Amino acid sequence: MNEKTIKTTCPYCGVGCGIVATVDDAIGHQVTIQGDPDHPSNFGKLCSKGSALGDTVSVENRLLYPEVHGIPCDWNTALDTVADGLTSVIRQYGPDAIAFYVSGQLLTEDYYVVNKFMKGFIGSANIDTNSRLCMSSAVTGYKRAFGADAVPCSYEDLEAAELIVLTGSNTAWCHPVVFQRILRTKENNPALKIVVIDPRRTATCDSADLHLAIKPGMDGLLFNGLLAYLAQNDALDKNYIAAHTEDFEWALQSARSSAGSIERVAQDCGLSVADVEKFFDWFANTGKTVTVYSQGINQSASGSDKCNAIINCHLATGRIGKPGMGPFSFTGQPNAMGGREVGGLANTLAAHMELDNPEHIDRVARFWQTDRIAPRPGLKAVELFDAIDAGTIKAVWIIATNPVVTLPDADKVKNALKRCNLVIVSDCIKNTDTVDLAHIRLPAAGWSEKDGTVTNMERRISRQRPLFPFSGLAKPDWWIISQVAARMGFKHAFDYRSSADIFREHAALSGFENNREGQPRDFDISAFADLTEGAYDRLQPVQWPVTKMDPNGTARLFADGKFYTPSRKARFIAIRPRPPVNKPDPNYPFTLNTGRLRDQWHTMTRTGLSAKLNAHKPEPFVEIHPLDAARYHLQTHDLATISSLWGNMIARVVVTENQQPGSLFVPMHWTAQLTSRGRVGVLVNPVVDPHSGQPESKQTPAAITPYRAIWYAMVLSRSPLMLDDIEYRVTVKGNDFIRYELADRTPFPSWRDWLKSLSGESNNPHCLEYSDPERGVYRSALIIDGRLEVCLFVSSTPPLPETGWLETLFAQPQINKEERLRLLSALPPEGQEDCGRLVCSCFNVGEKSIAKAIREFNLANVEQIGQRLSAGTGCGSCLPELKRFLPRQ
Amino acid sequence: MKQKLVVIGNGMAGMRTVEALIESAPDLYDITVFGAEPYGNYNRILLTPILYGEKRIDDIMIHDFAWYRKHHITLHCGPGKTVVDVDRNRRRVIAKDGTEATYDRLLIATGSLPLILPIPGRDTEGVMSFREISDVEAMIAKSLSKRHAIVLGGGLLGLEAANGLKQRGMNVTVINRADHLLNRQLDNEAGDLLKSQLEAKGLRFELGCTIENIISRNGHISEVELNNGSSLPADLLIMATGIQPNIALAKAIGLDCEQGIVVDDAMQTSDSDIYSVGECVQHRGELFGLVAPVYEQAKVCARQLTHRTDSRYQSLLPATRLKVTGIDLFSAGDFNGGEQCEQIVFKDPALHIYKKLVIKNRRIAGIVLYGDTGDSAWYLDCLKSRTDISPYRDCLIFGRPPLPIAA
Repeated sequence: MNEKTIKTTCPYCGVGCGIVATVDDAIGHQVTIQGDPDHPSNFGKLCSKGSALGDTVSVENRLLYPEVHGIPCDWNTALDTVADGLTSVIRQYGPDAIAFYVSGQLLTEDYYVVNKFMKGFIGSANIDTNSRLCMSSAVTGYKRAFGADAVPCSYEDLEAAELIVLTGSNTAWCHPVVFQRILRTKENNPALKIVVIDPRRTATCDSADLHLAIKPGMDGLLFNGLLAYLAQNDALDKNYIAAHTEDFEWALQSARSSAGSIERVAQDCGLSVADVEKFFDWFANTGKTVTVYSQGINQSASGSDKCNAIINCHLATGRIGKPGMGPFSFTGQPNAMGGREVGGLANTLAAHMELDNPEHIDRVARFWQTDRIAPRPGLKAVELFDAIDAGTIKAVWIIATNPVVTLPDADKVKNALKRCNLVIVSDCIKNTDTVDLAHIRLPAAGWSEKDGTVTNMERRISRQRPLFPFSGLAKPDWWIISQVAARMGFKHAFDYRSSADIFREHAALSGFENNREGQPRDFDISAFADLTEGAYDRLQPVQWPVTKMDPNGTARLFADGKFYTPSRKARFIAIRPRPPVNKPDPNYPFTLNTGRLRDQWHTMTRTGLSAKLNAHKPEPFVEIHPLDAARYHLQTHDLATISSLWGNMIARVVVTENQQPGSLFVPMHWTAQLTSRGRVGVLVNPVVDPHSGQPESKQTPAAITPYRAIWYAMVLSRSPLMLDDIEYRVTVKGNDFIRYELADRTPFPSWRDWLKSLSGESNNPHCLEYSDPERGVYRSALIIDGRLEVCLFVSSTPPLPETGWLETLFAQPQINKEERLRLLSALPPEGQEDCGRLVCSCFNVGEKSIAKAIREFNLANVEQIGQRLSAGTGCGSCLPELKRFLPRQ
Repeated sequence: MKQKLVVIGNGMAGMRTVEALIESAPDLYDITVFGAEPYGNYNRILLTPILYGEKRIDDIMIHDFAWYRKHHITLHCGPGKTVVDVDRNRRRVIAKDGTEATYDRLLIATGSLPLILPIPGRDTEGVMSFREISDVEAMIAKSLSKRHAIVLGGGLLGLEAANGLKQRGMNVTVINRADHLLNRQLDNEAGDLLKSQLEAKGLRFELGCTIENIISRNGHISEVELNNGSSLPADLLIMATGIQPNIALAKAIGLDCEQGIVVDDAMQTSDSDIYSVGECVQHRGELFGLVAPVYEQAKVCARQLTHRTDSRYQSLLPATRLKVTGIDLFSAGDFNGGEQCEQIVFKDPALHIYKKLVIKNRRIAGIVLYGDTGDSAWYLDCLKSRTDISPYRDCLIFGRPPLPIAA
């Protein structure tokens, strides 16, 4: 390992993969990213997003200096303005007129400082986090069952399991490296069964032994049915129930009354009796069972109950705290867990203590030496923005997140921010839908510059280490907060000199008065309370708790059958399953589901910078079943307007049997930066779980109608273009070009004049044209100095030609005559390959190349595809998709 | 005893017929050919390269005198051998100098004559057409001593002449009545492209006008006056305003003639012993000026002469495949398009490429290709076979689609 090699952690999903980064050019932000072979979360593997991190660390679109009301300024001015603004709001309206909305993207140290500042010194708990949208139901589920927000499992339990149930989780796309780990386990142990419970047939289902395409939102009923079945078929661990749990009978009764027979379960869940029976039978008869659950469970108005319905089944069979067993919540963000540890949610306090517990408040107050701790829980995300909208909150500080895109009823959020007196945003990105609305913009350090720790979803704390010096005037979030806190009179409590300083304090608090009177708190990393700077720098990945007694961490919780409730027993929760709050009706007959894509992350502020990652699914789309598509006169490649009571959007139609009849799926990633009408958040119903406050983002009643534009256009351009006033616009960054997908219901003045205006001269002879007016087809291209500059394809009907070959032309310093004459056909000259839509982003392998190789070489499995084309041999994220190209067995 | 075939006209159409005949039936006829020019059979299309100085007369000979000897063909050629009469009763052909020949079958292939417009002063020295080797020789001679050349007619021949004279160093202006060049072969846009490309080579154009008066000094042309009021200095005027079938003889001997010598599908005239081919004929109302249909007529006529009476001439679709001064052009069918017609157009101005396909009822109805004629054969094939092009309409103009990729 040379000097420039740095070990750090991936900033994307909750898997928390270790990275070895080799800095090739610190000034030019050139870095080579590889998986860290020694990191126990990934053992050297990375997914497509992690592998492409090098593409996302440039200073392109970075916020590089503070701005107050659009005017660049120095830090002093900005910090003074922030401090004065907050102080004056507090003076006039009290601390509850202030709000913070933060993020699972923050490092634990940043997260700790901002919570300490708000809850401990401003004295309000109106600080919530985007993790509210992600796993707050899972937190509630664990807390209700175990008395603490404690994830019991480790990844190694997946390797020891004989049955893995993946419910509400497209693991193949959302946690690809763990999914690959599961697949390798299955290869080594063919007896391992995988059950996927998901209304959609996702990439995860391709490797499943059983896919239960459940009716949206019915998981609680299914797991209640399972509990009843376990009881009926003598599959309970009665000794465990008796020794380590309470309230079992209550829960069983509820399960029996709601889901007492397989027939009823099958009918209510829209499944076949045989499939339900098979699943129940496998679960009953397989001791080593891990149930993985994620947003499909959590993002629901009954998300907490669904979590507990799952946990109930594990408690009832004693399958917890032992290798290869347990209810395992998968989190979405890199540091969702770190946020939970520092009390990032509005209702929690640092180090897994609670704001509704006076003893906890007192303890933390003594530790922080403050008398201003927020006296009660604060507003949860949706309520918090409602309060901004209502004007009761006067100032909000948003850090490292993009609520204008991600919250339900997102236009309400946008309007609320527009109306708010003081909007402060700290971000590393210059233009996001949220930053655009800020009065004060503060440049935060980005992933490649930050220094601190994150905790992954198996409780593993890893270091994130800086690769580059700060860009521009960017600063770490903890520094920004501490500076403002100091200006507001709290210098003594925020006099941090380093991340290590903060980490030590965080560790010390976790051990502070822990295990008093036989009541331990689960989160305890007191072993790190005296960590030196050097030791912090060298910190190896470790799973908490990390105490003087267990200095090497703890892989599995509850091995001793003791929990964190007052009785030290786990609690069964009686679940009465509820369908989604808003039901489809004749006006909104579909259930709209939202979710992630394989190669994008959140609101695309970073992954959207990588041409490679944009290639897989370049445009927002809506998936619909063929029967529904026929009924609504929709075909693949059409555009459709999707609407709900809360808003509407336009997306490209994908007709697929992977979708259930009566339901739609739209990815969550697109923003107003990249699309005119691609924000699905504006449609999502603002319904929340009463316990967790998590929104029901997966089930909104919606309608779909064809969007019939009078023209459709696709532009590839070497430089960015002004195309603002077009009803449907999607911007896709490629290599050396930007792609625009456009459509509108009003005529475009003149494409010809528009393109000529780009050329700078009215009669540029290097402006190629093709027209077929009868079909509304116009195509043109501009070649400057022998290099392709812009090409434009317009048609009155979709689809427009595929762009694969055209995109490659932008990489060429010159295009030859043959290419030039073919350009406007979008078809390569004979002999030149068009590899087709990208499938494998690690090795840039497209679908046409795959289909061709399979045909020519009679390839029979993904291994042979890998040997021939390398596809699937990098991160493995595309393996499920590769299977679909193989001839059916 | 062999039958006697007499051919009047030693040009490309007649001799192509003879060539086909001796290939399939070398011993069937005693053949006698009359020609008014003192040469063997030469390729008239290649007169322009002679004007440029790229070729010599020997280079453009299709059949030299040795060929006639080798095939025992009697050739009477030269001005005195111009046929002046045919005695159809005695089946005898009579030339100006009294040479006679009798025939069993007669083939009239007298071709066409330049159309000379009745412009005052047209007989002045320095006014000529561009049709024969002697014309080219005269033009070359003029170019050595004179400066200003005018070409009347923006058709193929006129442009070739103009370009040749330009290359010979003269100042050349082309005058054309229509407002774009090659108006019989190209649409407006292609004609304009051609104009600007030729202008770039130094040619000048006066379009949408004609010559009203030819002014002479010392018996030699010195100036032309145009109907738009302007006048141009002129030392040489080439009349390239078109051709007319040379039917004087046929008319005189009483064959049915309209604009041309009327022939049937067997290339027979109103006298069943007399055949006619080439630019002098009129077939089903159509006249001819391009080589492809003429060669097709020659083929049919040769077969008829060998008594293969099933061979019939069918009108070919008028397709023009041209090379004007190095620029590739192709047009066919209804290239201007009309009602119910749609147009697919591709342009690359910098590469001087323009392509247009006229589509009617999902089929190609007309073709104009300028600068890139690589796919002309395929388009023509689609046009003739009335192929429904809808499946590949979007890539049609970019050439024959590659084999579809199997799903």
